[in-house]
Formats: sequence, structure tokens, C-alpha cells
Amino acid sequence: MYDGGKIVAGLVLFLAVVTSPIWYNVVTGKAEYKPEPKIITQEKECVAPKAWMTAMHMTLLNDWRDSVVREGNRVYVAANGKAYNMSLQNTCMQCHSNKSEFCDRCHNYTSVNPYCWDCHVEPKEKK
Amino acid sequence: MIDKALIGGRKYYGLIAVLLGVIGVGVLCYLWQFFYGLGITGLSRDVSWGLYIAQFTFLVGVAASAVMVVLPYYLHNYKVFGKITVLGEFLAISSVAMCMLFIFVDMGQPLRVLNVILHPTPNSVMFWDFMVLTGYLLLNVLIGWISLDCERKGVAPPKWIKPFVYLSIPWAVSIHTVTAFLYAGLPGRHLWLTAIMAARFIASAFASGPSLLIILCLIVRRFTRFDPGKEAIQTLAKIVTYAMIINIFFLSLEFFTAFYSQIPGHMHPLVYLYAGLEGHGVLIPWMWTSTALAALAIILLVNPGTRNNESILTVAVLAVFFSTWIDKGMGLVVGGFIPNPLERVVEYTPTLPEVLITLGVWGIGFLILTVLFKIAVTVKEEAAL
Amino acid sequence: MGVNRRDFLKITGLGTLAGVSGKAAADLVFKGQAEAQEAKPREEALVGKRWAMVVDTKKCIEKIKKDGCKDCTIACHAVHNVPDFGNPKDEIKWIWQDTFEHICPNQHHPFTSESLEGAPFLALCNHCDNPPCVRVCPTKATFQREDGIVLMDFHRCIGCRFCMAGCPYGSRSFNWRDPRPFVQNAREDFPTRMRGVVEKCNFCAERLAEGKIPACVEACKAKALIFGDLEDPHSEVREILHEHHSIRRKPELGTMPQIYYLV
Repeated sequence: MYDGGKIVAGLVLFLAVVTSPIWYNVVTGKAEYKPEPKIITQEKECVAPKAWMTAMHMTLLNDWRDSVVREGNRVYVAANGKAYNMSLQNTCMQCHSNKSEFCDRCHNYTSVNPYCWDCHVEPKEKK
Repeated sequence: MIDKALIGGRKYYGLIAVLLGVIGVGVLCYLWQFFYGLGITGLSRDVSWGLYIAQFTFLVGVAASAVMVVLPYYLHNYKVFGKITVLGEFLAISSVAMCMLFIFVDMGQPLRVLNVILHPTPNSVMFWDFMVLTGYLLLNVLIGWISLDCERKGVAPPKWIKPFVYLSIPWAVSIHTVTAFLYAGLPGRHLWLTAIMAARFIASAFASGPSLLIILCLIVRRFTRFDPGKEAIQTLAKIVTYAMIINIFFLSLEFFTAFYSQIPGHMHPLVYLYAGLEGHGVLIPWMWTSTALAALAIILLVNPGTRNNESILTVAVLAVFFSTWIDKGMGLVVGGFIPNPLERVVEYTPTLPEVLITLGVWGIGFLILTVLFKIAVTVKEEAAL
Repeated sequence: MGVNRRDFLKITGLGTLAGVSGKAAADLVFKGQAEAQEAKPREEALVGKRWAMVVDTKKCIEKIKKDGCKDCTIACHAVHNVPDFGNPKDEIKWIWQDTFEHICPNQHHPFTSESLEGAPFLALCNHCDNPPCVRVCPTKATFQREDGIVLMDFHRCIGCRFCMAGCPYGSRSFNWRDPRPFVQNAREDFPTRMRGVVEKCNFCAERLAEGKIPACVEACKAKALIFGDLEDPHSEVREILHEHHSIRRKPELGTMPQIYYLV
């Protein structure tokens, strides 16, 4: 290969730069960071188990949306037998009224910007 | 073949640079609109479609230019059009692209546009409009590209392209018909609620599309070594002549129905457009200009002496193009909303950002056109050698 | 090396396309479902087969002429977080007043009675039985429920405004810009809308679901608004319509509007 030395050196440099987000976080210890959403609810349990909610809350909300808006069914009977009103503002946010310390913690970490809040009014938080 | 668009003289790159500049300004304005909302336009609760949809409505007609050369050539063996079918198809591609872009910039929630495909609604004319426009775009890309590529290689086009070509003919008619149906099926808008809307669309399409094609052919002949042929241009001119006459005839039919029946709902929008209503008449000069241009165009086109003279023909087809641009664009779309359903006159004037975005989209269309024509013309120049 | 450059590019391109679309198709087909649970309407919900409203114009006109009443508009716009932009261009209104000549355009004449001449009439979405707005919506974001209410799914609306062009009554408004800054005292129990979607009266579907009558009906001190189920032969709306002459807006268009005006 002509200029083999330069090419290989360039490739190594390129790989290092391109993978820097991965090794930089490991090296500086930032990869250890886990977002901790703060739960201040009075209720002991959510409409579904925590692990499931963490992964599937958007799917649940979409199903709730279609059920309420398009079918007119507003009561959700959860796996635990309890009946809940299917409403982001009136059910979810009544318990999790600390959006900036709950919803935003994970969303900011993963750089997710759901546009729910363009319409749904977030509860006023006490500072 | 795309590499042929990258090799050009100073004038070519100059044109590209100017177009990119116009597009850049349009894009910046669109970003502003994207984040602020459509409120930066002059649209309001009462006139909820304006400049963007007017351009879309007009350009759907220009996109018919392809069928006007394809039909005589493929169905009736009119060899004279053989040299320019690809040009017609490329003009159609550029027009349909602009149509779709104008719809996109008019959407309130453009990122959700794919909801039309995720939740197909066959009873909605707009759903069908999306389908036929996409289909027509793909058809013309396929046919135009294959035909040109075969010309470059010096072989006949493959047999399997024929069914697509035949399909593109009724499909072209369908894009006008469906777009006309957007308007003609709405019960509350009396300017649009007419059975003849689709027929008017087709007539004005066959006037405006070939007009632009003639201009482009003349430009191509002036600036490149490819000559579309005087006879082809003359036949196109004859098509424009008849189509424009029919178009104006259809327009006058609207006037007859409205004013002979004396039904207020039918009369008011026309009165607003041409004479003003309750002291409002911002479109009056535009509509009368359109009328004057149409009259001039028809006089120049009907007379073979002036039609055969390519300089005068240029003036005539430019008049046709701008006349239909006004009449089928802002005149039709804005006129449908005035007076509003509560019989009030609320006028609409486009704002500067709106105009700049519009120019940006036209710029994109002309960029696509320039690039495609450059490829087509280069291939034809080389094939002729 | 058996593969030439052109074939290599074709294979790579097709492979990438297959991989990407394969995953997308799999995602679409195997959508995660919330644990299959029961979803049902509220027990206290008002249930009807065909909701309609009657406007007793005599009472309404009298009240408005007395004190410039706008109670229905104020209540509706407050309950639904309807923004006030302060200019007619961006205006959003769900229920409002205009004169008889404008609300029912071809029903006045040079000798219209004094009581109706220039009188204030209410305008709102008619929740037509044969709604053109539902017919034209390309995404079913505007749809009609079984009980007749024409509703908007703001999550799905793409803002094409075809429904606004289709409505023969001018009942629909569009969010030309972000409404949130212009909502006075946003209520936390109801969302606002975002820029780029169409909105209109929803017959207070969310209140009906809780067993409450529409906000405008409740707020009207003159009791000029009567809301009920037309399919219930004993409902107040049926009885009133049976006993009094009523008109509807633009009946010749075949939209079958369900707002009846007693004149």
C-alpha cells in the first residue's frame, strides 16, 4: 500500500474520534450515571408495575389516548383490579406532580423531547 | 447520467447559484414558520388556504405537460414529439415535486404527514390526492429516466416501459380531476361547487403546461446545441391555443350560471374577485390583468401569422402562463373563501415570509428542472453526434 | 474478487434497505400492547344516541340585549383553555355571537320582523349528522362518534385545514401559532392545543363523560340553551322541538345540523 503508514495512522485516529462518546464516558466515570426520577406519590402503586411502566408508559398513553378520544371509554381497570381515569393530566400527573424531578430526569438524560406538554398542562410545581 | 448535471458552463452554474440563493432564503423563512406556526402567513380563520395552496393548484396543471406530448407520440405515433417527450416528463417531475412541497409547507403539523398513510381514509379526496401525486411522480421518474438512458445508449426503450407510459396518460388526467375534486365537493363554497371544476382544471392545465414547455424549448434551443424542432413547438402552440380558448369558454360558463340564475351564493365570490364586495377588492387588479392577458394571448395565438412568429409566440404563451397562474391560483383559491360562510368579507394578503417561502419552493422546482433538463439536453446533444 | 463495483453497491443498498425496513415492519406488526385490560366508560357518564342542542333565541336575544351577555362563550372558552390572541386574524372561537343575517344568511328579507332584524344569534359547531368535515379529513383526525358528536383527535391532526374549507358554517378555528401563552389561567384538568391543529366545539364530550351538561348550557342564566338526546322521545329537546317551530342553518346543504334555533 502506498503511504501505508499515513493511512493506517489516519484510520486509527478516525476510529478513536468516532468512538469517543463511548470510551470518554467510561474513562471519566460518567457512564456510571443513572437518572433517578423522584417519586413523591402518596399512592403505593402505579396503574402498572414499575418495570413495565418504565419501558411501556408511552404505549400505555397512546392506548389510553385512542380509548378516550376515539372510543369514549375513560375508565381503565388495571391488572391490580383498581379502576383509574385514563388521563395524563388528571391521573398520572396528580400523583407524579413533580414533572421536572420525575419525567424530565430520564427524558433529559436520554434526550427525549415528547411533545405531550405542548398541549397537556403540566401541574404547577412547588419550588 | 447524473454526472452530466455536474459539468456545465458559467451560465449554468450561475443559474444554479442564483436558484440556491433563492432556495436558501426560502428555507430560512420556512424554519421560522416551522417554529412559530403558520401565523407568519396572512392566513386567517376565514381564508384558511392561500398562496401555498394556490401554487399547488396551479402546478398540478403544469404537471399535465407530460401527457400532452406523451399522448400524441405514444398513442398516435406523432413522431414530431419524439424529441421532447422526455422534456415534458421532466417538467412534470419538477411540477409535481413543487406541488408536494407546497402542500408540505402549508401543513400545520408537517411531521405528521405520514398519518395520511398510517390511517388511510378512502372517503377523503385529500388522501387520494396524495396517492395520485406520488404515483404520477414515480411514473414520470421511471419513464423519463429509462427513456433518456436508452437514448443515451442508442437503443430502443424496453418493452416493459410501454404499459407504464400508457398508464401515465389517464393518471395525468386523474391528478387534475382529484385536485379539482378537493374543491368541487365542498358544500359550503359556492365558487367551487360546480360540476365543471375538473373540466376547467384540465383545460387550463393543457394551456399552462405546454406554454411553459414551449418557453423551455425555446430557452433550450437558444442556450444549447439541442433543437426541439420548430414543428414540435408549433404543434404545442396549437394545443395551447385550443386549450386556452376552451378554458376561457368554461370560465365564462361560470359567469353565466352565476349571473343568469342571480343566486347570491354563486354571484358573490365572482363579484368580490372582479368588482369588489363591501368595499373590499384587493384582487381586482389581478383578476382583470388575468383577463387582459388571456384576451391578448388568444388573439395572438388564434392568428397563424402571429403564432408562427416565435418571438410573438413567446409573448403569447407567457401571457397564457401568467393569466392561468392568477386565475387558477389565487383567484380560485382565495375567491372560494370570500365571502366567508357567515357572509362576511375578510380579505387575505400574503406576507413577506410567505412570499419568500413560495419563491423558495419555486426555486427548488426550477433547480430540479435545470438539473434534469441539463442531463436530458446533454444526452441528446451527444446522441446527435 | 468476483463482484464488480456496481453489483457491490446494489447488494449493499438492498441489504441496508431490507435491514431497515425489516425492523420497521417488525416494529409496526409486533407493536407492544398495554397489558390487555378492561376499558369502559364512566358510570356516571351521560349516554345518548344522538346529542343535539336547542337555542331558544327569544330568551337569548332578550338576555343579550339586556346586559350584553356572553356567558356561554366565557364559560366554554374558560373550561377548554381556548386562547385569546387579541386579534381577528389568529382568532379561535368555539361558540360566539353574530347577527341573524349572518348566521342564517338567506332567511332574512327587507321586511324581517323587528325581533329578528340584526338580532344576536349563537354560532357553534353544528355536530352535523352528515358532516362534510368528517368526509374530507384525510387522517380521520376529525371523526364522528356513535352518539353523533363530531370530535377532533388533536394528536393525529396534520393541520391541512381541509375540514375548515369543508365546513359550510365557519365553525372551525386553526392554531396559527402556539396558543399556550395566550390562555388565561390554563386549567390543569383539560389540555390546551398546540400550534398547527384545527379545533372547534366538542359538545363538552369530556363533561358528558363525567355526567355533566355542556359548559355553555350550564352557564346560560337565561336557560336559553337546551341540550339532550334526540333519540330519547321523552327528552326536553324532543318535547321542545315538537311544540315549537325551529330552523337550522343552511338546511339545503344536506349536512343535517343538530343545533336547532327556535324562532
